[in-house]
Amino acid sequence: MTTGLWENWVLPGIWVTVQLTFYSAALATVVAFGVGMARTHRSKFVRFLAGFYTEIFRGTSALVLMFWLFFVVPPLFGWQFVPMYAAVLALGLSYGAYGAEVVRGALNSVTPAQREAGVALSFTPWQRMRLILLPQAVPEMIPPFNNLLIELLKGTAIVSLLGVGDVSFAAYLVRLATQESAQIYTISLLIYFVIAFVLTRGMRALEAKTKAGIGQKPEKGPGLMAKLGLRQQTELSDKPGGAGI
Amino acid sequence: MNWDWSAVTDFMPRFWDGVLVTLQATVIGSLISFTLGLVWAIAFRAPTRFVRWPVTIVTEFIRNTPLLVQLFFLFFVLPEWGIQFSALTTGIIAIGLHYSTYTAQVYRAGIDAVPVGQWEAATALSLPARRTWTAVILPQAIRRVVPALGNYVVSMLKDTPLLAGIGVLEMLQQSRLEGAATFQYTEPLTVVGIAFILIAYPASLLLRALERRLVR
Repeated sequence: MTTGLWENWVLPGIWVTVQLTFYSAALATVVAFGVGMARTHRSKFVRFLAGFYTEIFRGTSALVLMFWLFFVVPPLFGWQFVPMYAAVLALGLSYGAYGAEVVRGALNSVTPAQREAGVALSFTPWQRMRLILLPQAVPEMIPPFNNLLIELLKGTAIVSLLGVGDVSFAAYLVRLATQESAQIYTISLLIYFVIAFVLTRGMRALEAKTKAGIGQKPEKGPGLMAKLGLRQQTELSDKPGGAGI
Repeated sequence: MNWDWSAVTDFMPRFWDGVLVTLQATVIGSLISFTLGLVWAIAFRAPTRFVRWPVTIVTEFIRNTPLLVQLFFLFFVLPEWGIQFSALTTGIIAIGLHYSTYTAQVYRAGIDAVPVGQWEAATALSLPARRTWTAVILPQAIRRVVPALGNYVVSMLKDTPLLAGIGVLEMLQQSRLEGAATFQYTEPLTVVGIAFILIAYPASLLLRALERRLVR
């Protein structure tokens, strides 16, 4: 592989992948907290709407959603997305739905006495959420969020099918240029793995920080080989599936 | 807004072909991932680290890299090594391999949840390793993990559109072809999107019912 291919495609590709992951994760976080908190709302109607949202977006495939946003929205509504925005929107909305389940689960796992104490001190619902529930729930969310973040990073590869110039797209072009597949695809798999590794380190640090905020320490990690495991064992499954996380 | 029902009708023959391929990929991919995942899970518990470490490295690598890139890897690199598969076969192998690293973790959790006493009992009865696994450990472990495995079937279903990337004629690719032929993308893509929800949502309800029955 020549330096030209590196400088013109692979390196910008890495940057595009990082950007996509960052923007989609930001959108997904907003959606996850919004919808997740709405699922614990007092009003049945709000809970229903939030539940409906998660079922729809967990039910459909992110790639189909992305194609839908890119091909169907323009003729229906008369305006068009830049492929990158369609990708961020599709990834953010669908991974946000998975994240909403994480947020809901973590909020429900805070002991009821904490909420009742908030009621007894006549906190408003929003104060209870902000001052009592969230500080205790957020550290619990971080390991499953880490797993989702890696899923999201992997999910960004699908944008290459829309022609966004990320790592996968660069790999495809390099393959066409060099007529050699094994090398560039091995390299791009390694690139994704390294990004996933860095993200995991960041999330572990974040977990330690938020846990310190409520006077806890994260569990000590096991041996050398287990460190390679980027995912934290949350429950039986750590990938967004059809039913519950 | 211009929704054309006749475009939906025209799309139906292709759509059903696509549904068949999607379901085929999901079912065979699931079977591969269930089998291979069990092999990985048992290898995690191998007595020697010369088995445990390489298996851990390989499965972690596969699990933390995108399915789409793995798909391209298999599709473009295997022929260079002289192995020729159809696009659909390659896709099914890629899905099965990718998800086997997830099911391996599920099996592992299930095996870890079997009480130590069961292992000790098997030793006390001096059962050979093979009988210990097939008659004592796995029957108890697998019962517990069925719902979690089911979740991955739904995930696999939702990842089958990636096969469109290597030209497999599953639902999404059929809708793209229909769109390219008629310049009407709206109806085929919407139909496919709804079809995914219509398959995935009842499946997830079924899994929840199964979970209530099996995991107590």
